[in-house]
Amino acid sequence: MKTKAVKKILLALVCTTLTIALGACAGDRADDDRSQITIGIPQDVEDSLDPHKAVAAGTEEILFNLYEGLVKPDSDGNLVDALAESHTISDDGLVYTFTLRQNVKFHDGSVMTADDVKYSLDRCADTSSGAPLVAAFSAIESVNILDERTVEVVLTEPDKEFLPYMTAAIIPQANETPEKNPIGTGPYKYVSRAPQENFVMEKFDDYWGEGAHIDLVTLKVIANSDTIVTSLNGGAIDMFLRITLAQSEQVSDDYQVLEGTMNLVQAMYLNNKAKPFDDIRVRQALCYAVDPAGIMEINSNGKGTQVGSSMFPAFGKYYMEELNDLYETDLDKARELLADAGYPDGFSFTLTVPSNYPQHVNCAQVIVEQLKEIGVEAKIQLVEWESWLSTVYTDRNYEATVVGLDASSLTPAAMLRRFTGAASNNFINYQSADYDEAFEKALTSVDDAEKTQYYKECERILAQDAANVYIQDLPCFVALNKKYGGYEFYPLYVQNFASLYLVEEQSN
Amino acid sequence: MKKKKSKNYKIGATITGVLLFFILVGLFWTPYDPDAMDNASKLAGVSFSHIMGCDNFGRDIFSRVLEGSKITLFVAVGTVAIGTLCGIVVGAFTGYYGGIVDELFMRINDALFAFPSILLGLVFISLLGSGKYNVIVALGVAFIPSFARIVRSEFIRCKNMDYVKSAKLAGAGDLRIMFVHILPNVMTVLSSSIMIGFNNAVLAEAGMSYLGIGVQPPDASLGRMLSEAQTYLFSAPGFALFPGIVLILMVLGFSLLAEGIKEGAGYA
Amino acid sequence: MKYFIKKLAGLLVTLLVVSFLVFAAFAVIPGDPATAMLGTEATPERVEALREELGLNAPVFVRYVGWAADFVRGDFGTSYRYNMSVKEMIQDKVPVTLTLTAMSFCMIVLIAIPLGLVCARHAGGWLDRSVIVINQIIMAVPAFFSGILITLVFGLILHFFVPGDYVSYQTNLPRFLGYMFFPAVAIALPKAAMAVKLLRTSVLAQMKLDYVRTAYSRGNATREVLYRHVLKNAMIPVVTFLGMALADMIAGSIIIEQVFNIPGMGRILLTSISNRDYPVVEAVIVCIAFLVIIINFIVDLIYQAIDPRITFE
Repeated sequence: MKTKAVKKILLALVCTTLTIALGACAGDRADDDRSQITIGIPQDVEDSLDPHKAVAAGTEEILFNLYEGLVKPDSDGNLVDALAESHTISDDGLVYTFTLRQNVKFHDGSVMTADDVKYSLDRCADTSSGAPLVAAFSAIESVNILDERTVEVVLTEPDKEFLPYMTAAIIPQANETPEKNPIGTGPYKYVSRAPQENFVMEKFDDYWGEGAHIDLVTLKVIANSDTIVTSLNGGAIDMFLRITLAQSEQVSDDYQVLEGTMNLVQAMYLNNKAKPFDDIRVRQALCYAVDPAGIMEINSNGKGTQVGSSMFPAFGKYYMEELNDLYETDLDKARELLADAGYPDGFSFTLTVPSNYPQHVNCAQVIVEQLKEIGVEAKIQLVEWESWLSTVYTDRNYEATVVGLDASSLTPAAMLRRFTGAASNNFINYQSADYDEAFEKALTSVDDAEKTQYYKECERILAQDAANVYIQDLPCFVALNKKYGGYEFYPLYVQNFASLYLVEEQSN
Repeated sequence: MKKKKSKNYKIGATITGVLLFFILVGLFWTPYDPDAMDNASKLAGVSFSHIMGCDNFGRDIFSRVLEGSKITLFVAVGTVAIGTLCGIVVGAFTGYYGGIVDELFMRINDALFAFPSILLGLVFISLLGSGKYNVIVALGVAFIPSFARIVRSEFIRCKNMDYVKSAKLAGAGDLRIMFVHILPNVMTVLSSSIMIGFNNAVLAEAGMSYLGIGVQPPDASLGRMLSEAQTYLFSAPGFALFPGIVLILMVLGFSLLAEGIKEGAGYA
Repeated sequence: MKYFIKKLAGLLVTLLVVSFLVFAAFAVIPGDPATAMLGTEATPERVEALREELGLNAPVFVRYVGWAADFVRGDFGTSYRYNMSVKEMIQDKVPVTLTLTAMSFCMIVLIAIPLGLVCARHAGGWLDRSVIVINQIIMAVPAFFSGILITLVFGLILHFFVPGDYVSYQTNLPRFLGYMFFPAVAIALPKAAMAVKLLRTSVLAQMKLDYVRTAYSRGNATREVLYRHVLKNAMIPVVTFLGMALADMIAGSIIIEQVFNIPGMGRILLTSISNRDYPVVEAVIVCIAFLVIIINFIVDLIYQAIDPRITFE
C-alpha cells in the first residue's frame, strides 16, 4: 500500500514538473503594440510617492516625470517656466508673481486651478507638524491668489535665489492620498508598483507640452549591483542609470554607453572635531598625500573632474578650477606636516563608507593604499546607508568618510550652507568665523558680482583650511540599448524619461 | 570496506594538506602585496608574472587567493572553535543534569533552529558592525545550537553507562565526570561534526561575504572575491574561477576528512 | 491530542521568543527609521516629529506589546517605507519564495530517490562510482557560485533564459515558472547530492539486515524486495534530511534571490533590515519561523506514517 502511495506521489511530481517546463516554453514575451522601455534602477522607489514628502534622491529623480512645479529645470540646469506661463520677481526680491498656464490637466483629467497652486505651496509651508515639509518654505510670508490665473508668493526676507524652490510640485487639492495615488501634471502618469520589483508609468496623453515618446516605462529594481551587467547583456533591461566604468566596459555591443558627470563632490570628509583631524596640519598632510588623479586613473581610467573645494563644474562661474592645484601631491611635505603636528610615525583611523555605493568604496580602497605611503593607516568600515545616515550624518560619530555630496538646486548656497557653524547638517563639525561671515554676506548681497565674489571666498576658505580631502566630480555612465535615443544628462539629480525615443520601429 | 574508508580519508587529507601548505607559505610570502594596486595590469589575464591574472584594481589574484584562503580559514576555525566550546559546555550541562535547565535550553534551541543561521548572522552583523571578527562571533553563535544538540544527546546516552556509575561510586565530582570521563568518549562523534562544521562555516562565510556583510575590503576572502568577480565573468573568467575552485577544494577536503573519520569510527 | 497541544504551545513560545529577539535587536543596532526615511535633507525638528508620529519614542517593551497585540489580531502594521500595509506587501512575496522552494524540493525528490536507489542496487559499479565523485564535488559548491555559473552558461552563452528578466506570477504565470527553473536548480543541486548519498548509504545498511535476507529466501526478486521492504525503512533518515533541507532552503533562498534578482521574501527582508523598516522585518521573520516549525511538525507526522513504531508521548 505504502509503496503505491509513494509511486503516486512521484508520478504527480513528474507531471507537475513537466507541465511547468512545457508551460514555460509556451509563454512568450507579452506582445504589446505600445512602445516600451525597461530601465534598471539600483534602489526601489520605496519612498512616499507624495512629492512633498519624498526625500530619497532616487525617488525624487523618478517623480520628476510625474510632477511639475511652476518652473522646472532644463537639461542645462536653467529654470524654465512650466506650469507658470511667465513669472516676475520684484526688484527688492520680496514678491514673486506667476502667471499660470491655461488648460493644464492633471492625470485624473481635472484642470489645474490657482486654488491647486495655493494649496500645494501652502502645504509645503505647513508648520502644523512642527517644521515645514520643505525647509526653505519657512521663508514664505504668504501665497495670494490675485486672479484666476495669477498667483503671488511673498517672502519674509529679500531673497533673489528663491526661484529654485518654486520647482515644488503642484498637486490637485482633491487628491486625498497622494502618497499612494500620485496625481500630477507630468508627461508620465503612474500605473503601478510592486515593492522591490518594479515601478510602471505610462505616457500621459493630455500633457500640456510636447509630451513623451515612449508609451510605457517600466523601472525594474536591480538591487544586486553584481547582476547589472548580466541583466543588460541578457536583454532583461534596456537601460541602466549610473553604471561604473568597469561595468560599462563589460556591456555588449547592443548598448551605447553615454558619459556625463554625477554632479557631486566626492571627498574624504573629515570630522574636524575628532582627533587628530582637529589639527589643520594633519588635514593638510592628508590633502598632500591623496592623489585624486591616481584615484581617477585606477577607478575610471582617468575619467572624472578634479575638484578642490565643495563646488562642481556644473555650477559654471562659481566653480574654481584654480583650487585644484592648492595641494599638489607631495609626500615629503605631507610627512613634514605630520611630524610638525606630532605624528612623525603616522597614525591610524577608521574610514566609514556606505556599502551601497561601489564608487565610494572603490575610492576608499585606493585612498587606503595612498595613505600607507606616509605611514597613515586607514581602516575601511563598510556600513549600510541607513547606519551611515544615523551614525555619521546625524550623530557625527565617525572619524572620516568617503561620500559624494550634491546640491538640491543649482544655487551655490545649496552646496555651501552645510559648512556654516550652526547648520544642522554640518556633519564635518567645521567651525570658521571667516567662513560664516563670507557666507552671510553672499546670502544678503543683492549685487550678482559681489555675491559670486563672496561665494568664491567661502570655497577658498574651505580649501585652505583643508576641511575635507577633495577628490572629484565622478564620471557618470548610462548604458542604453541602441534601439533608443534621446537621453539627456541633467546637472541636477533628475531623470527625464520623456526625452527618450525609439530610434527605428522594430519589425515585430 | 576497510580499503575504501582510508581512501576518503587519504584524499581529504591530501587536499587539505596541500591547501594548508599554500596558506602557510602565504603567511610568510606572497608573490605580490595582495593589496597593492597596479594600474597597468588591470584585469590582466593569466601570465608568467601573474599566474592567475589580476583583478579590477590590478591586484595579483594568486596573492589574493592565498590571502583570501587564509582569512576564510581563519574565520572558519574561529567559528567552529566558538561553536564547539560553547556547544560542549551547554550540551554537557543540559544533557548531564536534565530537568528545568534542559527544558529551557530545548526551547531556546528550537527558537534558534527556527531562526535560520544566515538571518542570525545578519542580525548579529547589524548589531556588531561588519568585519572578520564580528563574522566569527556571528557565525559562532549561530553554530552553538547544533553542536550543543549533538553533545547533549551523547551525554544523555553516556550518563547511565557503567563507567560513569563506577566513577560516581569512586567519589568523582560532577565536573570531573562530565569533562574527564564522558567527554573523551564523545570526541569521535564530535570530531566528525567539527569537520562538517568547518565545511558549513566556509560556505556560510562565503554566503555572507556575497551579501556584502562579511569580510571588509580591501581584505580578501574567497566569498568576497567571488562576488566582486561577477561583473567580469566574460572578460576575466579567471577572476571568478580561481577563488571558486579553491573554495570548492577547501570544502571538499573537509567533507572527505569528516567522512573518513566517521567511517574510521565504524558507523557510516 | 496531548501531543498536539504541547506542540502548539511550543510553537507559540518559539514565535514569541523569535519576534521579541527581533524587536530587541532593532532597539540596539545603529540606524533609526525616522532618519532613514528623511535622508540627508532632514531637519532635526522633522525627524523628531516623525519619531513621535511613528511611536518610536516609547520604550521597547511597550512597543513590543503593542505590536504583538496587533499582530495576533491579524494587523501586521504598516511599512514605514512604502506607506503600504505589511500584509499586502508580504502576500505578494510569500508565493514567490514558496514556489522557488517547492520547485527545488520537487527536483531533489525526483533526482535523489531514483538515483539513490539505482546507485545502491549497483553499488560499486561505474555509475555508482561516478555519482559518488560528482556528488562530493557538487556538495562543495556554494549555491550562489553555482547560481553564477548557471547564469553564465545557460543564460549568457546558451540563452536558455534571460538573466534578470523576472516576471511576476500575477502578470504571466508560465514565464514566472520558467524563470524560476534555473534558480531552483541552483538551490536543489547540493541538497540533491546530499540526499542521494544518504539514501544510498541507508539502503545499503538495510540490505544487510535479517529481514531482507528472509525476504530473499522466500524467493522474492531483488526489485520487489527493494521497493516493498527496503525503501520504506531506508527513507527514514532521508525524510529527516529533507525536512531540514526544506527549512534550510526557505532561508537559503535569500542568497539565490540575490543572484537571480528575484523579488521574494529574502529581498524584502534584506532591504527592510537596511531600511530599519521593522514592521516588515518582524512579519517576514515570524513568517519564516512559522513555516520552518510547521515543516518540522509535518516531518514528525510523516515519520509516524512511515514507521508506526514511532509514537509521540
